[in-house]
Amino acid sequence: MAEKEVKLFGNWASTYTLRVEWALKLKGIEYEYVNEDIPFNKSEELLRLNPVTKKIPVLVHNGKPLAESLVIIEYIDDTWTKGYSIMPKDPYDRAQARFWAKFADDKCMSAMYSVSTSSGEAQQKMLQEAREAFQILEQALGSKKFFGGDQIGYLDLAITLLAFWIPILEEIVSVSMVDNENAPLLKEWFTRILDVDMIKTSLPPRDKMYELSKQRREQFFSGQI
Amino acid sequence: MAAERGEVKLIGGWASPFVARPRIALNLKGVAYEMFQETVGKKSELLLKSNPVYKKIPVLIHNGKPICESAIIVEYIDETWSSDGASILPSDPYDRAIARFWTVYVDDKIPDAIRKLRPLVKGSAVAEVEAEKLHAALQLLEEAFEKCSKGKSFFGGDNIGYLDIALGSQLAWIKAVEKIVEIKFLDKEKIPGLVAWSERFYAHEAVKEVMPEADRLVEFTRMLLSGSFAK
Repeated sequence: MAEKEVKLFGNWASTYTLRVEWALKLKGIEYEYVNEDIPFNKSEELLRLNPVTKKIPVLVHNGKPLAESLVIIEYIDDTWTKGYSIMPKDPYDRAQARFWAKFADDKCMSAMYSVSTSSGEAQQKMLQEAREAFQILEQALGSKKFFGGDQIGYLDLAITLLAFWIPILEEIVSVSMVDNENAPLLKEWFTRILDVDMIKTSLPPRDKMYELSKQRREQFFSGQI
Repeated sequence: MAAERGEVKLIGGWASPFVARPRIALNLKGVAYEMFQETVGKKSELLLKSNPVYKKIPVLIHNGKPICESAIIVEYIDETWSSDGASILPSDPYDRAIARFWTVYVDDKIPDAIRKLRPLVKGSAVAEVEAEKLHAALQLLEEAFEKCSKGKSFFGGDNIGYLDIALGSQLAWIKAVEKIVEIKFLDKEKIPGLVAWSERFYAHEAVKEVMPEADRLVEFTRMLLSGSFAK
């Protein structure tokens, strides 16, 4: 049997992996998926394909590997040019989309991590920072249906898992990171994006995500990670 | 005939390697721009207004619209003035992705190494540890250079490209840090390809007057650490 020309190494719970999978699905690209048991049990093949950062996701197209999820998404859009357009066309809009994706990864993700791995007064401070970060992120959405406009685009793919994951973390940690007070439009987008067919049918099981998040938190507090 | 440029402004600072990036890119495209130099320790109204999220330089303002984040600005310059000069990003999608991958790597490793090394003194144990990390990163970049250049002068081939700009802009500070902790990083024995490349990069028309002198950066560091720039 012929090997599929596209192979993706990732992890079922990783926002970085899922955003690439969604890009592939939007383009209708068939791919072979390999789940990696991160962080402690990476496969030999993964380490061989990405010796530099040793991280997932790694996309292999016709034998050539690529890493860095946002870089991979742009590669997918550049290579499969027919069909769904993921990146905006206008250079200014592209710059804005890239800026906000970087902001989401640099500020929002780290804020979420800080909130779920702190406690007491430190956590209150982290929570404030997280709430501000999401309030700022909302600016990229404004009154649009999706970050990409009428259709989902690059920035939606980058952030979508947060719509699913933030409520789970909020439950575990008993805080509110995104609500009608700091980011009402973003909260509405959470509902809309999770209702998109492609997204709805490819999210990880909620209970598994909940358990994993709880487990990671415990591992952090016990010094394992 | 050159396309209508519009109004191009760049908010920056002479010492910032990140500011050097759009300056080199604009030079490559032959685009004239108005430079707004920030004073260290005091952010201008223009900067705060143009980059309210990070309040950092560089910021490119094109026809009144601000674009932030140096690597993103370089891509914007390449896409906007696509018919001027050579292409900064590689034309092949895979090569483009590789250039972007290594740029993420550069930004992850180099600025942090510089920031950690520059307040140290020669011989300190911490300097040894941080130096090892920088050596290791440069070693990987040496291999990347071999693969990307394919025997030509630059990562981008015959012309300076995106990854040349990303890494090249960091050279001035790497040289400054060499003087500060007295450890050789741009070592011909260890990374011959990169050392030869760095000389070609520095000599390039678009780069020559952009890169600050290492001695000036050493002096800048001294002032930074002594609190001279504090308000």
